[in-house]
Amino acid sequence: MNDMSPITTTIKDWESDQEVRWCPGCGDYAILKAVQRTLPEIGADPAKTVFVSGIGCSSRFPYYLASYGFHTIHGRAPAVATGIKLANPELDVWLVTGDGDGMSIGGNHTMHLLRRNLNCQIMLFNNEIYGLTKGQYSPTSRLGTNSPTTPGGSVDRPALPCAFALGSGARFVARGFDVSKNLPDVLKAAHAHKGAAFIEIFQNCIVYNKDVFEDFAAPKGAEARQLWLKNGEPMLFNKNTQGIALDQDNLTLKVVDVVDGDWQAAGVIVHDVTNRSLAHMLVELPFGDFPMALGVIYDDPRPTYEESVIAQNAKLAAGKEANLAKLLAKGQTWTVEG
Amino acid sequence: MTTGVVDKQLAAKHEDGASPEAVVVRFAGDSGDGMQLTGGQFTLSTALAGNDLATFPDFPAEIRAPQGTLFGVSAFQINFGSASIDTAGDAPDVLVAMNPAALKTNVPSLKPGGLIIADSGEFTKRNLEKAKYDVNPLEDGSLSKWQLLAFDISALTLESVKPFGLGNKEALRCKNMWTLGLALWMFDRDREPLIAWLKDKFAKNPVLADANIAALNAGHAYGETAEIGGQVKKLHLDPVESAPGLYRTVTGAEAVSLGLVAGAQLAGLPMFFGGYPITPASAILHNLAKLKEFGVTTFQAEDEIAAICSAIGASYAGQLGVTSSSGPGIALKGEAMGLAIMTELPLVIVNSQRGGPSTGLPTKTEQSDLYQAVYGRNGDAPMPVVAARSPADSFECAIEACRIAVQYMTPVMLLTDGYIANAAEPWQVPDPTDFTPFPVTFLAEKNGDDRVLPYKRDAQGVRPWIKAGTPGLMHRIGGIEKAIDTGDLDYAPGTHQAQTDARKDKVDGVAKGIPAQEVTLGEAGGKLAVVGWGSTYGPIHQAVGRARAKGLDVSQIHVRHIWPLPENLGDLLKGYDKVLVPEMNTGQFKTVLRDQYLVDAKPLNKVSGQPFTIAEIEAAIAGELA
Repeated sequence: MNDMSPITTTIKDWESDQEVRWCPGCGDYAILKAVQRTLPEIGADPAKTVFVSGIGCSSRFPYYLASYGFHTIHGRAPAVATGIKLANPELDVWLVTGDGDGMSIGGNHTMHLLRRNLNCQIMLFNNEIYGLTKGQYSPTSRLGTNSPTTPGGSVDRPALPCAFALGSGARFVARGFDVSKNLPDVLKAAHAHKGAAFIEIFQNCIVYNKDVFEDFAAPKGAEARQLWLKNGEPMLFNKNTQGIALDQDNLTLKVVDVVDGDWQAAGVIVHDVTNRSLAHMLVELPFGDFPMALGVIYDDPRPTYEESVIAQNAKLAAGKEANLAKLLAKGQTWTVEG
Repeated sequence: MTTGVVDKQLAAKHEDGASPEAVVVRFAGDSGDGMQLTGGQFTLSTALAGNDLATFPDFPAEIRAPQGTLFGVSAFQINFGSASIDTAGDAPDVLVAMNPAALKTNVPSLKPGGLIIADSGEFTKRNLEKAKYDVNPLEDGSLSKWQLLAFDISALTLESVKPFGLGNKEALRCKNMWTLGLALWMFDRDREPLIAWLKDKFAKNPVLADANIAALNAGHAYGETAEIGGQVKKLHLDPVESAPGLYRTVTGAEAVSLGLVAGAQLAGLPMFFGGYPITPASAILHNLAKLKEFGVTTFQAEDEIAAICSAIGASYAGQLGVTSSSGPGIALKGEAMGLAIMTELPLVIVNSQRGGPSTGLPTKTEQSDLYQAVYGRNGDAPMPVVAARSPADSFECAIEACRIAVQYMTPVMLLTDGYIANAAEPWQVPDPTDFTPFPVTFLAEKNGDDRVLPYKRDAQGVRPWIKAGTPGLMHRIGGIEKAIDTGDLDYAPGTHQAQTDARKDKVDGVAKGIPAQEVTLGEAGGKLAVVGWGSTYGPIHQAVGRARAKGLDVSQIHVRHIWPLPENLGDLLKGYDKVLVPEMNTGQFKTVLRDQYLVDAKPLNKVSGQPFTIAEIEAAIAGELA
């Protein structure tokens, strides 16, 4: 986010004149809609908004928004965004990346952008597969994923994007999924966070990894499989009949039953978005034994990179004259008389 | 400084009243002995004495190589005199050897009859073994073709700093100042500027300042009191005749940094510099990091790719994006250069070349990135290339790179090399108002009927620069092929053909805005042209000058604009019977010239990590004209 006065727009103002070229039924359509719905609600100005992407299906995103957009090269969007933001901190920068782009080829840049805390929103569309190159397994693919490059099933363990983000020093970590009605709220929270806001968005690749998230995203039974986190509220799910509590013997989280709505008695934890230890546990919760933790997992701002750089530059420049002639003549000089 | 040719590389005579016009001195010691610092301070003193000069710092890749080893030797050579100096000198007249390894690795290049000053205190059994000497060379007569002056500099230094109560290690570190003191005496130099420098350097530790000054004075007094037995006499070299004005010394890395600051000012833009540490390019990042008051933002990125990509992002947001590296780092930046070419954003890429491929020779010079600069990207990716010929020339070349980048909306590569980056020469301080400004105009309003056309080209084929954030001009750009004018995603066959042609035509058109190639020395037409680029300027200039003094029909053509080449270059080359191209690579510019002009350019190549000597080029000229 940045500090500018909100302006009034409608969804139409954010739709570019370009034909959207994703596969019919792709989860990206839903994410695009959610973003286009969110931008007017947060008072964003298309002229001050920049979407920066890398390479992959997700990275076509900027073409479909009527703001500024930069479709860069594979994995490097965070680096381009850093230059944009340092050159003009007034710009509201959104990064669009995928599990291959942001966790594999561009993992290094993702880490450093988060560590530095550049003020921007990073939407990582995680479909656990390489879509645009036709279905190879990705760094987030589950163990045993069959793909053209892993005909016997993948043997390397997947990366967890939110755990990676926290480990890199991220001060905002959230999760959502493409068709979730809560996605705009997650995006709004990310935008409201001053600093690097990391959002993992599970996205259904209907061609190469169809319904891989159905186990928790399917509407039927969702209440038992989704834990939507809200700051200051108890971690309840399954129609408030279950909750998350601390297993004090093992220093881990556990699922507890809540009887008659008495979550305090069951020891259910109240979510605190500034609790970093809790965030670490939440992003690591194994799905299956636990519901999928969704929503804003962690949100505890720190000074942003660009404001620190700009403040320091100003301090170093203070009282110094930008006189090029004097600079050129600096050091030990001598004069040759005519 | 470097115009006019004088053949004055005369050996020092070391006799009273017979001062030579130029002297080459090489300081050599362990990489921890402070030889680069000694050389640097001697350079400053030389400049202040009004001599012309050129230097060649030559040091190992290891920061502190094991003491006393042959590979740990660090050397600094300076050629100075009362006439115009273009190179660091072929062979030293004086070699200062601080240990056996320094003697062994450097003495073969010393001129016959030249002077060796050796610290006998370091010629211990152990150090001799490390340098692979069976017998002490100071004692076995093996150095008889040179004059040898060996005395225990270590002991003399310890003696001179005794009053300051330093530990043995710290006291011995003053050895380089003792040696410098002796050198200042030899060449009749004022000690005051150096004393002032030491006081400033050790302001927080006055004892160290005093000890170093005492060592310096002791070395000087040692010469003065003729304790050295009459072998060495004081030499005075008259100041060189230079154009009146203010001078300073400058290294290539300094001149590039200053040129970039000047270029950004002339364009009327703040500068964003994204860099990643790499030898020998890091000094540019260090220099610019100290110049925030000039609207410079420096960013030490996580890698070379992030460095260039951040600079591209800054250009997209309306600043002058600059990145810098050396060969291996430039290779990493290749894909992003393609992005800047494709999106047509201004960008300056400085390549301080070093020996390659791969890690190659990190601290040694080479010109082997010319193919990489001109051709080294995927796809048809034309990019202007400018090459500096000397440390001082790097200033103008950096400005030129900025000009081309913003006027043609293109990345531009500026080539220097390890030699230019580290070497120092006197520089007449330019007046910034002598340079024509090239202010940038950003697009402020829609340039199409009802929409913005980010890729609508002007008469030169250049698209408008639209600063992200400009109201009403929202648009999308990317590395994917795009439609004419609108820039909308479009990879139809006809579109790619048209846009590829447009990008090529635009870069070819840069040639229309650059000066015609001049004959650097000699005549247009004749028997032989020696064509060079980059840091071979000095040795070629001297060699051609000497050959011409002998009556040979040879001319020098030194090219700054490597791509596109000056429009008249082909015709110019066709006026000579023969074309010789000396390069510190295996023949890269030669290939470009052959390809562009079907001219029978002949290569003269050297890839030893050392610059050409004048004699090597002179011999090749004589060979061609035999």
